[in-house]
Amino acid sequence: MADLNFTDGDFKAQVLDSKELVIVDFWAPWCGPCGMVAPVISELAQEYAGKVKIGKINVDENSQTPNEYGIMSLPSIVFFKNGQPVKTMIGVQDKVNYKQEIDALLAS
Amino acid sequence: MYDVIIVGSGPAGLTAAIYTTRDRLKTLVIAGKTWGGQLQLTTLIENFPGFPEGIQGPDLMLAMRKQAEGFGAEIVEADFSSGDFSNSPFKIMAGGKEYVGKSVIIATGTNTMWLGVPGEKEKIGHGVAACAPCDAPFFKNKNVIVVGGGNAAMEEALILANFAKEVNIVYRQEAFKRASEMMLEKIKSNPKIKLICSSEIIEILGGNKVEKVKLKNTKTNKISEMPIDGVFVAISRKPNSEAFKEIEKDEQGFIKVHDQIKTNKEGVFVAGDVHNKYYQQAIVAAGFGAMAALEVSRYLEKLK
Repeated sequence: MADLNFTDGDFKAQVLDSKELVIVDFWAPWCGPCGMVAPVISELAQEYAGKVKIGKINVDENSQTPNEYGIMSLPSIVFFKNGQPVKTMIGVQDKVNYKQEIDALLAS
Repeated sequence: MYDVIIVGSGPAGLTAAIYTTRDRLKTLVIAGKTWGGQLQLTTLIENFPGFPEGIQGPDLMLAMRKQAEGFGAEIVEADFSSGDFSNSPFKIMAGGKEYVGKSVIIATGTNTMWLGVPGEKEKIGHGVAACAPCDAPFFKNKNVIVVGGGNAAMEEALILANFAKEVNIVYRQEAFKRASEMMLEKIKSNPKIKLICSSEIIEILGGNKVEKVKLKNTKTNKISEMPIDGVFVAISRKPNSEAFKEIEKDEQGFIKVHDQIKTNKEGVFVAGDVHNKYYQQAIVAAGFGAMAALEVSRYLEKLK
């Protein structure tokens, strides 16, 4: 399955107006650690397909959205529920940590 | 069972792996979830021999990894969690799995040491940072501080100067004695970079982001405030040695070395920045990796 890419243009429709839990990976091509997180995010997208919407946004091509959410470090993984950012995880983390957060948010 | 388990995948760990695999030793590298170590967070490396045009840190690490894998090293991208070092074979836990090895090389390097001042922790990722190559573009036309006085701090400042309006290097000491002359020349000739000596940050202020810092003059104790958009921390680094409970360390946490490259446990060796606090350089770490690997071969020969 191809990775889902959000943009400034469709962020509201895809993320904020979504009924599901949405996870957004803020990344840029020049960010080395982003490349380490990317495969983990893709795996999570497959494992949680149908339950959680998981995608990424390139902050070089889309500056408005990262600005709005105060993103100043990459990679930043932000969890959105009912249009609100409810959790931010910065830097490279274990897949288990992401899963714990997702499971906790799905249960709440 | 592995002949050797190498914990860490920076220049020390991967060089050790190149040597042990070429010596036909069954080698496992516990690479950590951020494999490749500190060089993954750098840009152009100009002092690694063999690259007259310089080489990008991440490219160098990828090349080392390929070289080690090419000779048969197995690489696990999980963090070391604990180990039983009482007797060979040693047991190592990483990513929820147990691995057993006749010998171990600890090459876990060092990690960012934060300032530990009020207002810092909650703003990490919101103006407080420790990796200019990762985060510098967010500070386009902004004013930032780099804290530290070594070459690492100078490099952070130079990278930031490509984006920021103004870069202020804040250093506790009166003069920059830890940075190389070549680095200092680059710093001094860059019109965007200012040096603030004899000063330290005692508090970082702001709501959700960094807005200003409280600075203390280390000579006069005078306190002043400075509006700023970002703080990059590049002070001395902390060895990643805490999880190695049975291994002897000094008061700063650096692993104690006996006889060049050995720890207090027979069969457990150490290489790189995790023990070497004086020469924290990629090439030095790689050299220690080679030394540890050669010692591992001798040790295993003795076990037979």
